[in-house]
Amino acid sequence: MRVESSISRNAPADGQQEHWDGAANTGHVLKPGELDLSHGVMLYLDDITVSFDGFRALNKLSLQIDTGELRCIIGPNGAGKTTMMDVITGKTRPDSGKAFFGQTIDLTRLTEPQIAHAGIGRKFQKPTIFENHSVFENLELALKTDKRVKKSLFARLFGDDLDKIADTLRQIRLADQADRPAGLLSHGQKQWLEIGMLLVQDPKLLLLDEPVAGMTDDETERTAELFVSLKGKHSLMVVEHDMAFVEALGGKVTVLCEGSVLAEGDLATVQADPRVIEVYLGR
Amino acid sequence: MRTPLTVKLFAGLGPRGWLAVAAIAFTAWVLVPMAHLMLPEGHPLHVSTYAITLIGKILCYAVVAVAMDLIWGFGGILSLGHGLFFALGGYSFGMYLMRQIGREGSYQSDLPDFMVFLDWKELPWYWTGSDHFLWALFLAIAVPGVVAWIFGYFAFRSRIKGVYFSIITQAMTYAAMLFFFRNETGFGGNNGFTDFKRILGYSITAPETRLVLFGLSVALLLAVIILGKVLIASKFGKVLTAIRDSENRVMFIGYNPVHYKLFIWTLSAMLCGLAGALYVPQVGIINPSEMSVANSIEIAIWVAVGGRGTLIGPVLGAGIVNLSKTWFTTSFPEYWLFFLGLLFILVTLYLPQGVVGLWAKIKARRAEKAAIAASRADPAPRAPVSESKIPNGTAAKGA
Repeated sequence: MRVESSISRNAPADGQQEHWDGAANTGHVLKPGELDLSHGVMLYLDDITVSFDGFRALNKLSLQIDTGELRCIIGPNGAGKTTMMDVITGKTRPDSGKAFFGQTIDLTRLTEPQIAHAGIGRKFQKPTIFENHSVFENLELALKTDKRVKKSLFARLFGDDLDKIADTLRQIRLADQADRPAGLLSHGQKQWLEIGMLLVQDPKLLLLDEPVAGMTDDETERTAELFVSLKGKHSLMVVEHDMAFVEALGGKVTVLCEGSVLAEGDLATVQADPRVIEVYLGR
Repeated sequence: MRTPLTVKLFAGLGPRGWLAVAAIAFTAWVLVPMAHLMLPEGHPLHVSTYAITLIGKILCYAVVAVAMDLIWGFGGILSLGHGLFFALGGYSFGMYLMRQIGREGSYQSDLPDFMVFLDWKELPWYWTGSDHFLWALFLAIAVPGVVAWIFGYFAFRSRIKGVYFSIITQAMTYAAMLFFFRNETGFGGNNGFTDFKRILGYSITAPETRLVLFGLSVALLLAVIILGKVLIASKFGKVLTAIRDSENRVMFIGYNPVHYKLFIWTLSAMLCGLAGALYVPQVGIINPSEMSVANSIEIAIWVAVGGRGTLIGPVLGAGIVNLSKTWFTTSFPEYWLFFLGLLFILVTLYLPQGVVGLWAKIKARRAEKAAIAASRADPAPRAPVSESKIPNGTAAKGA
């Protein structure tokens, strides 16, 4: 289904679209930089290796995330979860291996801002927001728009932008805090604000590193609801230690260990896997 | 849809701000000239030539301080080489002033005295056009701008930050100083440029010329502060302070910090160059010591003393430090550097927000006391102040 719809969407109906050499062979007509999800794959990591001074943080890691999928990544400390996110967002370059966003976008060749523009949003493990800016300004800065210097000098917020920020403020339950400096928020609220900053960017893929750390049970539950509601519209990759939260999300689970995938499947299957039990309990 | 610049300017300062601007401009362009020219020298309200030159000089320093604050206070990039951009502006404009001397130099030659002394027969190529006022003014802005852009491009692209960046800027200004010390460089060696006679044909020592230069310094400072206000209030300013606070986050929401840093860094250097161009005719000399590392560090001290991250702070800082410098160097010349060092340590330890921070603290304490007094007088519980809702916030942001 998806393949068909994608082809018809990309068909050169207007005749003005630029054709490039690959187009005739594959049957796709893509503008350079456009995300190609024709095979239903959002993110494709193949055989990625990253070493730091001889220590292999990622060891021939291969992973695939489908369009609209909600994937949880678990694993003991040092399994390479954060390094994997660093590779996906351009912060770390892999020594070898492939990292593709959609069919065509090679992540190992793009810078962090370029990757953000391509449609990957990232939430850090420690909430990273602009503490001296108001909650509103945090969202304003993150808003999906032209982010070059020239535009920023004369930028104005239009009605659509204001609506989008107001919607997001409601979604992350910070509507009554809009004018407060973000630094005064509670830890859990900061996490929410950072999630909100991802949402206004309208990314195709969200990378969320321990999003519920420091949240109350109630906040955790609401976060789970929010993520589940995002599933389908966005692809999500959630790194989390909180098993109750992972269970509430209900997606496929990937277990990382020593830089590669140890097991994959739904939570119950993975938890029953003797190898997984060993890495978690064996030490 | 873009807000017209005039509207933006007006919103940026507010009525009280504009009143202050008008008052300062009136003082500088009307009251001071009257007090200088019309009142006799013994009169208590007479403004002496010395005072005008001194204040004019400090105003130029204040422009540098504001330019420094734009990159340090708002952008989080500490430059310890801003004296270079100031000196480059000064030298560029100094070339014009040297050419204006004409044949009135000691050697009665068309060439500047130091070139005759070195037995040069003609002007080096880079002195071409230096007899044109506008070209010199253009160079005073363009040369620091180009140098800053090239330096900044490589430094920011290589993600050099923090103390590493500061140290490289120091090395940069030091290298430039050594280069300008050489006679072969063609800028007068260690004597630099001096003995200026005229500017645009007017005598440089005439009281009217001095008053115009003074008035221009005031105008430049006001213009730079207003420009700073508009810039900081714009989205650009928000991104800039965001880069200062969390550069990683800025990158991951899709901004390229290199371009933002490069823009403000180059702008800051160009403003310093302009200040240097106004400074040289007022003090009558420019030499390589302006590029010394100590000078650039002093600029950072002005900003720290006044208060980083505010636009009025650097102006106050430049004023306070330079007035005390004037007093110290005449009364106890040998202790000035000790005092400067002490001042820097005290400010860093006890006044991290500078003089402006002190003022804010005093105001907050007063408000607190007033609130306590009010609650004692009126024991009835006050209704909690409700947080402003989004519509208010959006209205304010959209303006």
